[in-house]
Amino acid sequence: MSTIRIPPVLRETVGGARTVSASGTTVAELLDDLFAQYPALGTRLTEEGHLSPFVNVYLNDRDVRYRDGLETSVAPDDTLILLPAMAGGAR
Amino acid sequence: MSTAASAGGVSGDLLDAIGSTPMVELRRLAPPGVRLFAKLEGANPTGSVKDRIARAMVLDALASGALHPGQTILEPSSGNTGISLALVGALLGHPVRIVMPDNTTPERAQLLRLYRAEIVFSPGEEGSNGAIRVARELAAADQTLFMPFQYGNPANPRAHEETTGPEILAAVPEVDCFVAGLGTGGTLTGVGRFLKRARPGVRVIAAEPLPGELVQGLRSLEEGFIPPVLDQSVLDDRYLVSNRDAVVGLRGLMRQAGIFAGLSCGAAISVALRVAGEMDHGNVVVLLADGGWKYLSSELWTRDLDELEGELEGSLLW
Repeated sequence: MSTIRIPPVLRETVGGARTVSASGTTVAELLDDLFAQYPALGTRLTEEGHLSPFVNVYLNDRDVRYRDGLETSVAPDDTLILLPAMAGGAR
Repeated sequence: MSTAASAGGVSGDLLDAIGSTPMVELRRLAPPGVRLFAKLEGANPTGSVKDRIARAMVLDALASGALHPGQTILEPSSGNTGISLALVGALLGHPVRIVMPDNTTPERAQLLRLYRAEIVFSPGEEGSNGAIRVARELAAADQTLFMPFQYGNPANPRAHEETTGPEILAAVPEVDCFVAGLGTGGTLTGVGRFLKRARPGVRVIAAEPLPGELVQGLRSLEEGFIPPVLDQSVLDDRYLVSNRDAVVGLRGLMRQAGIFAGLSCGAAISVALRVAGEMDHGNVVVLLADGGWKYLSSELWTRDLDELEGELEGSLLW
């Protein structure tokens, strides 16, 4: 099972948990399993079957968009981080 | 723009002294086979890369007529851009009002006031998004204000495409990889566009802050924000960097290179070292966006890392 980190804005959809577990060998499989366990999270994160542009998906610390996207391979000890798109900080 | 200052001559005024910052090689930090270079943007007049875009956005708006002589400039900024606009406004005769989250370091408010800017504080837990929200409300309620809006102003990436990018290529013609922090996206977009035209195959890599729990105060995903100036197609990779890793990077810069830099620079060097470590040979340029002065009160260089990490969860330092 891989760990998924849930940002504060989405925690109500997973019963308040900071992290949850899901299984899969790719990011897409992991998200499918996650949304099957937490349908409300799936509703919030997808628009017509596609991931919302307002959420960024990182495998460990790398944005999956610049790897193989949803087909990026996942190992059981990997952590998937979901983050809302936010404006930059101090600069 | 004049590069008189870098040639050892006299600049016309402080606006002409913006840019042409030093590029130094970090021999003690680079892994074997790779050359690592740092562009020191802390050498700009107010100590950050943002002087470039503040000058560009204001001069562009004056030239187009969007900004009138003496008109008040309003901008959301968690620090550096506000301070840069305050300088440019003071020199060109524009009052400046900055909307800033209330959980940044005190140095920023001190500097803004020295440059005679007015400060409007926004809720810290809303992060930069909160400052943007408040600034938009103020601008909508008062049509006499001019908001450059760094997140959406094409003069922001253009300043980097026309100045920062060419300076980098002139200093390191064989650059293979460019690393910078991701804030508005202006630096990565502008430098990235220039370098990719000049050297196809160059990699452009973003170091992005992993936001602390307490500054993720969005009420909905749709309150999120993708800066319009960020051209994501220019990026080749994007890494999240924790506050802890950024502080470790910051301390390494000081200890091993004598570079006194801001927190985002710690994140950028952390990513640059990782990327360099995965290369057999080549040249990596990392842009260090600001000096460390505005962070001194946070004691980032001296305090216990665990203690610091807890505190950074609720503050907005980059």
